[in-house]
Amino acid sequence: MRTMAIVRRVFKQMLRDKRTLALMFLAPLLIMTLMYFLFQNNTTQVASLGVHHVDQSVVNVIDTKNVTIHHYDSSQARKMIKQHDLDGYLTQKNGQLTITYSNSNPTNTSLIKASLQSGLVKLKMKTLVTVTKKQRAALESQQAALKKLTAAQTQATVTKLKTAIAQAQARGDQATAEKLQKQLKQATATTSSSTQSAKATSYTTKSHYIYGSSDSTFFESFLPAFLGFFVFFFVFLISGVSLLNERTTGTLSRLLATPIRRSEIIMGYLIGYGGFAIIQTVLTVVFTITVFKIHLVGSIWLVFLTNLLLALVALTLGIFISTFANSEFQMIQFIPLIVVPQIFFAGLVPVDGMASWLQAIAHIMPLYYGANALTAVVTKGAGLGDIGVNLLILVGFMVVLTMLNIVGMKRYRKV
Amino acid sequence: MATDYVIAKQVSKHFGHQQVLNQIDLTLPAGMIYGLIGPSGAGKTTLIKSILGMEAVDSGTVKVMDTVMPNRAVMAQVGYMAQSDALYETLTARENLTLFGQLMSVPKIKLAQMIDYAAGLVDLTSQLDKRVSGYSGGMKRRLSLAIALIQDPQLLILDEPTVGIDPELRQQIWTELNKLKDTGKSMLVTTHVMDEAERCDYLMLIRHGIALAEGTPAALKQQYAVDTIEQVFLKAGRMQDANDGNR
Repeated sequence: MRTMAIVRRVFKQMLRDKRTLALMFLAPLLIMTLMYFLFQNNTTQVASLGVHHVDQSVVNVIDTKNVTIHHYDSSQARKMIKQHDLDGYLTQKNGQLTITYSNSNPTNTSLIKASLQSGLVKLKMKTLVTVTKKQRAALESQQAALKKLTAAQTQATVTKLKTAIAQAQARGDQATAEKLQKQLKQATATTSSSTQSAKATSYTTKSHYIYGSSDSTFFESFLPAFLGFFVFFFVFLISGVSLLNERTTGTLSRLLATPIRRSEIIMGYLIGYGGFAIIQTVLTVVFTITVFKIHLVGSIWLVFLTNLLLALVALTLGIFISTFANSEFQMIQFIPLIVVPQIFFAGLVPVDGMASWLQAIAHIMPLYYGANALTAVVTKGAGLGDIGVNLLILVGFMVVLTMLNIVGMKRYRKV
Repeated sequence: MATDYVIAKQVSKHFGHQQVLNQIDLTLPAGMIYGLIGPSGAGKTTLIKSILGMEAVDSGTVKVMDTVMPNRAVMAQVGYMAQSDALYETLTARENLTLFGQLMSVPKIKLAQMIDYAAGLVDLTSQLDKRVSGYSGGMKRRLSLAIALIQDPQLLILDEPTVGIDPELRQQIWTELNKLKDTGKSMLVTTHVMDEAERCDYLMLIRHGIALAEGTPAALKQQYAVDTIEQVFLKAGRMQDANDGNR
């Protein structure tokens, strides 16, 4: 009853604060849309490469869709890179290729590097092919000569054997005739088998993807983590600031001058703001799935459940942290300390590859568990059994923080 | 009724090294307006919060309605008006009253009636559906008082109830407080406005956490041989300073 009074109040307050509502519901969509377009076309990055006196055959193989070639008349790489804002400069002296990278953009450097390497490999293959072709021609002519020779020989043996068979048959020696017949068969057989020359296998690849498809982008792999992050961030901020307001305006103390239980206040907050977190999650998830046609492998309900738990953790964390802030400004100061580091452990950087002490930090971050579960559900179709441990840990976070909050309110009332 | 609504005995409290309350005794019987007067920072609000059970006392006991405080359930029988207007500004006055009515367990059927009664008492009936953010300081104060009255409590604890209220309305509020008193309710009122102190049935002067003097306004004036409570206060204060100097 009292909890519901608090819930109703939270709902009324939120619904009247149109800007906060817009922030909570529209900001994630806006950022998602931006990210979608930013990360969608990440393959069209083009590096510019200046060349000077390089063999046309080399230039031809380097010239790919990721590298544009510019021809210049100077061998001074440093100067030309600066002057024409190039990413690299390639010069040649006899057989020696020298490349200078601007390296102001490491991505472009690696693009050129990759093109150059694959180009040179291609070139080597080409020369190898021409060499083999020549060898093959020589071999083939030899083989033809050989074939002629063997054919003549066989012909001789066959006629020889045939006359021998005829003689044997004339003599009435059946056994010898049969033996000779066999030899004859063998002799003709060898001629036919030698015409079957071995052909080289040419390999083609066919790719299968277990998760996603060949169209999978950067955006798709980050999306689940960001779904979790948005809910976490906004709920943390809004719940933290609103409890802080209650404290600074004195309404919290006024609430505690009624027979309300401290736990009823916290529960009211959990239900009230949890409701808005659900709406935010549904809106964001449905938006990304329908507008960006993101392929959701697992169950959408598991996505909602995980996000709801994350929101509740963020809510209790926000309320808890707000007790250490004396103003909204101080509350904002906790964002770079508490919220931003979590994004690094949400799967953007693989946690398995981190130093062990960093991995330990990851395991105290709620978003690590939430984002892992979301990624597993969205991209691998994980079920409740697969992410159950993560969800339980989130529940654990929530329970511990809720207890701390309830006890922490003793500061304002002793019972 | 001969019951005492509040009995505080030897209440002491300190924050850090500062002694905020020093062995205060206070007894508030039914049907009385009890005034706590003293300068800002004298410990009035701390005493009130100790009586409400929101502040833990170092020593001494507080009983409200025969129950040792702090006690959560007893709070439903106490109407409290805080020194600062703790109102939800984005809500209307009616919504604020409804919220606190629900928290005070006012039955649903009675709630609308109680809102009308409390709003009428502080002359806010016509403004009930306006958001509090559009209220003037005096209106907010009146709404705070209405909230304290929402569950029709026997005991009202009012921390500076008339700050920022114009004289005419102040007159009205005091008339209402006296009417409430006549129905057997008791009020513990803090103020540092001396002419308000004259309207109380019984006064306690607090300064530096010490109860300097107490009694009916008339008795106090007689005791200090002065004409106004203000002079009583000044005289008592000077005597306290002189004593401190002697120590």
